[in-house]
Amino acid sequence: MTSADTRLQKYPVGIDSVSMAEIERRVPAGEAPPLPPNPQLAVIGKSIPRINGRAKVTGAAPFTVDVKLPGMLYARLLRSPLPHARVMSIDIGAAERHPGVRAIHVINDVVGRAVETTGQNTPAGTSGRRVLYVGDPIAAVAAVTPEAAQAAVDLIKVDYQPLAFVVDLEDARKPDAPRVFAHPVHGESFAGGNPAGTALPQQGNVRGPNKSGSRGDAAAGFADADVVIEGEFRTQVQTHCCLEPHGLVADWRKDGLTVYMSTQFTAGIRAELAAAFGLPLSRVRVIVDAMGGGFGSKSSAGNYARAAVTLSRQANAPVRLVLDRHEEQIDSGNRPATVQRLRVGARRNGTLTAIAIDTYGTSGVGLGAGIGNFAQAIYDCANFELVQSDVFINAGPGCAMRAPGNVPGAFALEQTIDELAEKLGMDPLTLRGRIDLSAVRREERRIGAARFGWNRRRAPGSDSGPIKRGLGMAQSLWGANVRTNSACEVRIFRDGSVEVLSSVQDIGTGIGTVLAQVVAEELGLRPEDITVRIGDTEYPAGPPSYGSLTTASITPPARNAAYQVLRKLIEIAAPSFAAAAGNLAARAGRISTADNSRSIGFREAAAQLPTDQIGVVASRSDDYADFARKMGDMASAQNALGGVQFAEVAVDTETGIVRVERVVAVQDCGRPMNPLQIESQVQGGILQGISYALFEERILDRHTGHMLNANLEQYKILRSRETPAIEVHLLENYQGMSATDAYGIAEPSNIATAPAIANAVYNAIGVRLRQLPMSPAAVLAALGRIPQRSGPT
Amino acid sequence: MNSFEWSSPRDIAQAAGVATTTVAAAMVSQSGRLSTDGVVFKAGGIDLLDLMKEGLLVPRGIVNLREIPDLAVIAQADDGGVHIGANVTLAQLAADPVIRTRFLALADVAGNSASPQIRQVATIGGNLLQRPRCWYFRSRDHHCARKGGEVCFAFAGENQYHAIFDHNGCAMVHPETSATALVALGAKLELTNAAGTKRVVGLEQFFLLPEVDIQRENDLTPGEILTAILLPPPAPTSRSIHIKQGETDSFDWPIADVAVALDTAPGGACRAAAVILGAASPVPHRAKAAEALLVGKTIDADVARAAAHAALQGAAPLTKNAYKLPIFETLVRRAILAVVRGG
Ligand SMILES: Cc1cc2nc3c(=O)[nH]c(=O)nc-3n(C[C@H](O)[C@H](O)[C@H](O)COP(=O)(O)OP(=O)(O)OC[C@H]3O[C@@H](n4cnc5c(N)ncnc54)[C@H](O)[C@@H]3O)c2cc1C
Repeated sequence: MTSADTRLQKYPVGIDSVSMAEIERRVPAGEAPPLPPNPQLAVIGKSIPRINGRAKVTGAAPFTVDVKLPGMLYARLLRSPLPHARVMSIDIGAAERHPGVRAIHVINDVVGRAVETTGQNTPAGTSGRRVLYVGDPIAAVAAVTPEAAQAAVDLIKVDYQPLAFVVDLEDARKPDAPRVFAHPVHGESFAGGNPAGTALPQQGNVRGPNKSGSRGDAAAGFADADVVIEGEFRTQVQTHCCLEPHGLVADWRKDGLTVYMSTQFTAGIRAELAAAFGLPLSRVRVIVDAMGGGFGSKSSAGNYARAAVTLSRQANAPVRLVLDRHEEQIDSGNRPATVQRLRVGARRNGTLTAIAIDTYGTSGVGLGAGIGNFAQAIYDCANFELVQSDVFINAGPGCAMRAPGNVPGAFALEQTIDELAEKLGMDPLTLRGRIDLSAVRREERRIGAARFGWNRRRAPGSDSGPIKRGLGMAQSLWGANVRTNSACEVRIFRDGSVEVLSSVQDIGTGIGTVLAQVVAEELGLRPEDITVRIGDTEYPAGPPSYGSLTTASITPPARNAAYQVLRKLIEIAAPSFAAAAGNLAARAGRISTADNSRSIGFREAAAQLPTDQIGVVASRSDDYADFARKMGDMASAQNALGGVQFAEVAVDTETGIVRVERVVAVQDCGRPMNPLQIESQVQGGILQGISYALFEERILDRHTGHMLNANLEQYKILRSRETPAIEVHLLENYQGMSATDAYGIAEPSNIATAPAIANAVYNAIGVRLRQLPMSPAAVLAALGRIPQRSGPT
Repeated sequence: MNSFEWSSPRDIAQAAGVATTTVAAAMVSQSGRLSTDGVVFKAGGIDLLDLMKEGLLVPRGIVNLREIPDLAVIAQADDGGVHIGANVTLAQLAADPVIRTRFLALADVAGNSASPQIRQVATIGGNLLQRPRCWYFRSRDHHCARKGGEVCFAFAGENQYHAIFDHNGCAMVHPETSATALVALGAKLELTNAAGTKRVVGLEQFFLLPEVDIQRENDLTPGEILTAILLPPPAPTSRSIHIKQGETDSFDWPIADVAVALDTAPGGACRAAAVILGAASPVPHRAKAAEALLVGKTIDADVARAAAHAALQGAAPLTKNAYKLPIFETLVRRAILAVVRGG
């Protein structure tokens, strides 16, 4: 940055009520001036109910499934009933003749999974493709009614040559296991945990090891250790269980494609579909209004959206394709299973000398079943060794799910650290105080311990009766992620009304409400004065709703756009009531001089606009201190976000039932923009974490390859009666990095829950559960209470 | 779901006149291709529509029993017992003052089944006649022995939720927790056939083990309507309880449930005992050894413990469900003590 287009500004930094200071930053000239800490603001940092809250609870909010277009057709997919087979032939004749059928599409090219480099996966023609899991999509039908579409799907005759398959992670690792892929594969880390990488060795179904991320000399570190803790941890496959299923209405016309889709990333879907169908970006429009969850699984178009668009093009009519619950469970992504072997070495005073982790996991036919960067980055340890592999099984591909990698990673490491503390005779908080360099988490531990009543914690297994109570805690780590390719427009109209526009979508976190707050703060208005237009690629391209980067990416450009458009308005209106535009500011619905001696109403000012409206588009600038790491459109101040959670459990040692009774969470996300909505995110993260810890698990039948609990009845999930008391405390942690200094919360709040519960369970019963979910069967087994007799099989 | 013919008779005679199939029979196929000419009864429709939506049942016609007013009443019976119409909902049972005071186990079980929404719709008749929840049985892709296929997939497969007793050829557990309580209370069923003839059969005898008939869970004959559940008057000194243990408490099935009914002489020995285990076997399982152990004794913690242990006599867990044994033992002991202590 040259000094001509930059200026120096002083920003508040530090943790509110602990250590506030000022720091001077060089910032681009167009940036809005520094915001003071939240207590000095009118709208930002206040708990404001979400703007579409009423519409949601009254059923008025339109979801994608509510979109009905004239002449719309209904699509259904034909999916493989076999876990592994070669498709010898497909006969669509009878389906084509079925009344009401308008288009049939045979799917030859599949996305979202590992692909064999030799191209064996997708040979030309309709026969010869291999289907790799139960639910692998084969064909799609569009018809005038859903029933006709389903009937036609049932009429498609497929000749399968069944092939040997494997769905069990341990079986798949054996040298003589049936091969999911016969040839080396490539692909991204779809599941986001990261052992993917390129050019890794592949033997049988095992791809890896990937040793990237290691540092120092682990062997030397262990030689230096006074104590070494070892353990093997197993985590299960969790499915996303979005209450609103995946779905879209695709409307292909001569002049372009419009897609109404439940998605976390309108602009990304636009780019993906434009590339897939050879359309210019300007001819693809993606729209989403209210959304019922995504958790990472609605980030890309996938096979289903491609199929719907193809059918629409073929039939020359809008096509609606919505997955049913069974399809959701078997083919809309999942959090991979992991098996992690940990070794942690330490000196008697707690100093870590080495961490070594050997882990493998399965993302089905996808890649990326790793453990993220949790163990790599959270504690101070010079020697770190990481060996990760993907194991293929014949099951639907995993995809990113709320804090991918770090959730299973934290489950294993945070238990190991507790075990180390015990071995060293230290309190778990004291040990973490010694090995954790984060100032934010230090404060979070202090606040959390006080609010939770950590001093009530007793020795493991202290209760004498069958019901034993325990307290535990664990920490989280996540990046302050940003997407620079994020833009927003703010418009002022001649009647004084204001609009904020961006393609950013509200996955349910309430980003629209936050945008209204940011713009209102800048213009001296109330949030309800701002019309929020989001979820449509007609507007400036906004960020995705994943990676906990939405608020961090879109609120600074929203504020800067508001600031700049206000400057324009002031330039126009200033002469009518004040001499100089320079010292005017907007507050409480007026534009006033600094000393408040002269002012004009916002509306009267707007009435002087020479045109019906003025607007400014701004995009996300670099963090002021420069991004720590840039990756294309993405950037991250890695590991900047903390979070500490405390859990209190009651374990019935006679039935194995674990009840979580209370969770206290202390979290940070830079400047909290809307505490009410943030608390709601944290509560959601905790509930999903409890559910992961105690209930959820995809169960595959090893003899038939089918998921047996592909519904929301036998797939156990937390509901109202399993919901504990939850207390959320938010830290204000100012970093002086952007025009809003806001960062994300959704993923960080999902990381510490399961290990906090596991540590509490240990504290209750004196036995460690190293496997998820901590079901009654698992607890009773750990307690040695299951008799070793077995009956006929 | 397929389209079907619909009729909604207003009285029992009219309903009994329609030629119907049992749902069990309509779900059996040799080849895996389902019959499409069954006509079946529907009460609340919770289970029936589930089966149809999953493509496990493709009936030609549905006879709705919900519009028959006679079936929806709870009435005092001549013998001092209670007559419960088959269409009485679970919510009605849970709230009924007579049930709550005299048949606590039934009020417990009705109030703890499924979810509040389902309990408003689900009838006790439909509940007793619902089909098993075994995930192989409920999967269109597994043609199991109960649906006319060759094998029970559970033995070699995922059997964590399956039976620990009497799984001869089929390892399902009976799904209706209500039956656990009703067997403990000595309930009988009143069934009316097409000719309008009524028969009364003990609920316990009504259920069939797989070794007797692997394709149906009970002795309902085609065309027969379950018209009432008859509860004999309990001895004034008797008390009952039902405990359901699910992995979760909301909207979930039990991994184990237990009903205990005890008649105890004032301040003295147990005169009669019923100890029934649910979700343990393809039918409600009477723990005879436990009952024998209780009768004649003044029940204290040791007796309860011994009876609970005896309740598992003969259990033969499968590869993944031995964890149910300690849970059942715990529930039986706790249920006995709760009844004795008037909990
Ligand atoms: C998530 C979930 C959890 C559940 N948890 C429990 C639980 O804990 N305990 C429990 O007991 N149940 C539970 N249920 C099951 C539920 O209670 C039953 O499905 C319901 O009671 C069935 O009653 P219905 O009136 O809807 O029957 P329907 O679905 O209408 O009928 C069921 C069957 O009975 C037949 N039928 C009905 N009435 C008559 C009649 N009068 N004469 C002859 N045949 C008849 C029908 O033909 C059909 O075969 C649960 C269900 C769900 C979805």
